[in-house]
This record gives sequence, C-alpha cells and structure tokens, in this order.
Amino acid sequence: MHIMEGFLPPAHALGWAAASLPFLAFGLHSVKRSLQAHPERRMLLGVAAAFAFLLSALKLPSVTGSCSHPTGVGFGALLFGPAAMVPVGFVVLLFQALLLAHGGLTTLGANVFSMAIVGPFVAYGVFRATAGLNASRSVSVFLAACLGDLATYVVTSVQLAWAFPDAVGGFTASFIKFAGIFGLTQVPIAISEGLLTVLVVNAMARFNAHELRALPVMLAGRKA
Amino acid sequence: MKLRTWMTWAAIVLLTVLPLWFASAPPAEPGAEAPAMFGGADERAQQAIGTVAPDYTPWFAPVFEPASGEIASLLFALQAAIGAGVIGYWLGMSVARERARREAAPSESHAD
Repeated sequence: MHIMEGFLPPAHALGWAAASLPFLAFGLHSVKRSLQAHPERRMLLGVAAAFAFLLSALKLPSVTGSCSHPTGVGFGALLFGPAAMVPVGFVVLLFQALLLAHGGLTTLGANVFSMAIVGPFVAYGVFRATAGLNASRSVSVFLAACLGDLATYVVTSVQLAWAFPDAVGGFTASFIKFAGIFGLTQVPIAISEGLLTVLVVNAMARFNAHELRALPVMLAGRKA
Repeated sequence: MKLRTWMTWAAIVLLTVLPLWFASAPPAEPGAEAPAMFGGADERAQQAIGTVAPDYTPWFAPVFEPASGEIASLLFALQAAIGAGVIGYWLGMSVARERARREAAPSESHAD
C-alpha cells in the first residue's frame, strides 16, 4: 500500500522525487550495462519484473484487520543487484498510479524511494550479510525478501510521519501511528513474501542452474 | 515435491487465510468512522492523516480512477495475470529444457 495521490505536501513530494531520480538513472544505466554484457539474462529480468508485478497486485488480509500487498522486489534484487530493481519498481508503481489510482504521480518519488530503492537495497544487504555468516541459502533468501518488504513500509511510515508530525508528540508519535498501520499490517505479508521467494529461488536453482551461475544469489552462501 | 516445499506452501496459505478469522476490527480514529474490515492500509493511513493534520487537503487527484470497485479488481487481476503468465512461461520452459538435457545426456544427469 503506497502513499495516496496528493497526500504528501508539495515540498515533500518534490524532495522525494529529487532523492529518487539519481537512483533511477543509475539503475537504468546498470540494467543496460548488465544486459549488454549478458543478453541471455533479458528473459530472467522479465521474470523478476513479472514477480514484482504479480506480488504487488495481491492485496492480502492481515492480522490488523487491514489489507496490504507484498512488493516482490527483493527477489529481483538478489538476482540482479539492487540497482536493477529501481527501474522495475518504478514501472510497477507508475502502472498502478496511472491505471489503478493506487499510489499516485505526486507521491511517485516517495513511493519509488520506499519500494524500489530501500526495499531492494535492504534485501540485498541482508542477503550479503547473512550469506557472509554462512547461513544456508534458504535462510538468507527468506530474511532478505522478508526484511526488504518490511523496510519498504517502515520507510513509508517515516515519510508520512515526517510530512505529518503529531501536534503533541511530534515525529515520534506520528511515526508510531503510521507504523502501527503500515508496518504491523505488513508483518505476516512480509513473512509470506519471504517464504514464497525461497520457493521460487529453489525452483530456479533446480531447473536453471546454468543460467544462474554468475548471479549474486548463487554466488554467496553455501548450498541448500 | 519435497516435504519442506509442501510445508512452505502450507505456511504461506495459512498466513494469508488465518487473519480472516483471527484479526480484530481495526481501531477507529477519534472522530472518524470505524474503518471497514479488511479495507486497505492506505485508507487507514488517510484517516490517520485526517486526525493528525485535520486541515490538510490533498492537492492532486488521481488522473484516472477505475469507474468502480469491479473495474479496479479487473485491473488488479490483469496485473497479476500478466505477471503470473510471464513467470509460468519461463518456468515451463526451464523445466522442459532441463528434461530435454537429461534425456539427451543421461550419463551427465545429476539427481537432486
């Protein structure tokens, strides 16, 4: 669930757009370079984008009595690195803002920052860290996708709390309020996304071992 | 499929289905109507903004809004279908290619 259209003051909307733009440019450059070096990965990049498309269309019920959706960007970040997922997340968010009135054009910068930048980078960082600790691939992938998903919604809560600090409690009180809505709702959904990502990566390892050999997800950590 | 794969699928389904029974109604914001059960988290955030900053009015409206809830769910289903279609095509192709490879070179095949 992204920040709704018009629900960030213009200064914030502009600021987040400016913050996201360099990442988007760098991400596009990185995708282009990667595909030039490995044209055979085009199909796989399409699959990573399709995964984000599919997962962010599924609004799932959660323990808080609200619905939210997973992001699906952690998976691609593990395959292609986090930068490649910035343009992918951008396309998904643009599609939803234009056709579904979900998220928005004025809040696109902020939503790109949370879902297409922080999410993938956290997922990738967690994966490298846990794989470095010699955790099994399943554990690393699970933690990466799950925490990447959760981080997205923590950032969304920070963005809203920053724009709308509580009259009495300021930023902190407001953050607790928004995190109680976005963050808490996301917990079981993030766990589901983590588990699903493990299933997909394991299926890939079984059937596409050759294609995947040089990708980050297969390089780090021990097998299984 | 291995037992662990089945268990993982079961866990995903349970995590999604169990809240339908065990979730309590989301708390109402003071002065606002109680939010709908299993409404969007963004809707609740919208209400929360209403209580934190009552004077705030959104300054931009969506350029295109689905004509009804049905149309919106159509578009969401379409988005999911496109994603699932691409993944299904690629997964089917991978499985078939792996099988063809094993049949072509049975001695090189590795069991896993």
